[in-house]
Amino acid sequence: MSAAIQSISLSGRKKVVTNKEMTFWERLYLVAIAKGLLITIKHLFRKKVTIQYPEQVREFSPVYRGQHMLKRDEQGRENCTACGLCALACPAEAITMTAAERQKGEEHLYREEKYASVYEINMLRCIFCGLCEEACPKDAIYMTISKELVPSNYDREFFIFGKDKLVMPLEMAMKNAQLKNTD
Amino acid sequence: MMDSAFIIEKSVVIVVVFAITMIMAMYSTYAERKVAAFLQDRVGPNRAGKFGLLQPLADGLKLFAKEEFEPNTPNKFLFFVGPAIAMSTALMTSAVIPWGDKLHIFGRDVMLQAADIDVALLYIFGVVSVGVYGIMIGGWASNNKFSLIGAVRAASQMVSYEVAMGLSIIALLMMTGTLSLKEISMQQSGMSWNIFYQPVGFLIFLICAFAETNRTPFDLAECETELIGGYHTEYSSMKMGFYLFAEYANMFISSAILAILYFGGYNYPGMQWMVENVGVNIANVLGIIVLFIKICGFIFFYMWVRWTIPRFRYDQLMHLGWKILIPLSIINIIITGICILAFK
Repeated sequence: MSAAIQSISLSGRKKVVTNKEMTFWERLYLVAIAKGLLITIKHLFRKKVTIQYPEQVREFSPVYRGQHMLKRDEQGRENCTACGLCALACPAEAITMTAAERQKGEEHLYREEKYASVYEINMLRCIFCGLCEEACPKDAIYMTISKELVPSNYDREFFIFGKDKLVMPLEMAMKNAQLKNTD
Repeated sequence: MMDSAFIIEKSVVIVVVFAITMIMAMYSTYAERKVAAFLQDRVGPNRAGKFGLLQPLADGLKLFAKEEFEPNTPNKFLFFVGPAIAMSTALMTSAVIPWGDKLHIFGRDVMLQAADIDVALLYIFGVVSVGVYGIMIGGWASNNKFSLIGAVRAASQMVSYEVAMGLSIIALLMMTGTLSLKEISMQQSGMSWNIFYQPVGFLIFLICAFAETNRTPFDLAECETELIGGYHTEYSSMKMGFYLFAEYANMFISSAILAILYFGGYNYPGMQWMVENVGVNIANVLGIIVLFIKICGFIFFYMWVRWTIPRFRYDQLMHLGWKILIPLSIINIIITGICILAFK
């Protein structure tokens, strides 16, 4: 190595270590110990980094992806038309659905003529990537900012979330409609 | 009549001293965890009671409720005796410590000391060195190589540092001319604390006190990284609790001795004035509080050092003890002798 390379320090914090003899005061270590004590005592008055979990919650990223939800429109009708694009987009192959035709008298339940009679997400497979949300042409599936992730359970069947757990509750749809009207 | 009053007085003092030692040891564990947490930018225990103040009680309850595990050892009796010795010697030393001057209650002068014996300092040295038997016996009876290594380390460390400790005390004794802790305290009234006359002796004594109480950086007897738990690897439940408790009680007592020998004990500036103008009782209660502030300061120092200095290697420990501290304390004795000869 040439001398020019040896003197380069990209971080600017390069220190050349030598094995020189320690002086008498250095060999006593007392100065070093006092310095160390000063450093630790400074930490006594520092701000604590702990987040006291149940009472305090860490701030989430604005693009945080939580639990899935199948949306309803302002009249409380399900948006999903069971086109299957979300299932296709899903890299974990977690989504499956069965399509059905809307019957007469069900117009208040489903927005379009086709709907998903079964819509299941396997939460053990799901990687929360959000590609289903991006793929959906009907604004039906969304990933919420719910801080509650999938609850633990002993039963594998439990983790296959059907429409009962995924579809937006009616009250929430009503509230959304009200909010929209007031705007 | 006088005798029974004397017995009652001493019994009360003994019970109070015992209770205070226990409480101090209990809350030292709490303080240790809190100080450790604060020095590492954490919060520490804060769930049991306000600020986690009931944590020691919760810990004690847990230790009592734990399964009593016994290793397959031929020395069942010794296994049982080890923690008992450690605990009783840790509590015995508090007998000779003068917690304050005296209180005037019911027309009597109550000495705030369980026993004012002439050889208090020798007594403490004796009891503390018996304390290592608790560790030694426990480690031996555990029938475990890690425990045995821990016990042997504790014993050799104790022997090495006791010499330097004794020599550093001799320099102090040449000045005070007494072994009674009460008299040593009284000689330091005002601000004539011994640390101003014996700074090197204090430093040596402090380092040796760290070694005698098996605290970091001298906690080779129980260093987790090498020996699992050292001498108390095989212990569980309250036997383990006794070992830990004894360690904290020792820390409290050695802090008290440091405060008394070098930092003036219960004396504070203006104590004489307080006795004459405000009253004996108030002045001396203040003295007790002052002593406890000094003790707590030392306990904090113990914990502060624990989270600052890493553990010594074993040969470094022996090097420091035999090749540095002992010659240094001998030089200190010689210089002290010359000074006494020159100035008196």
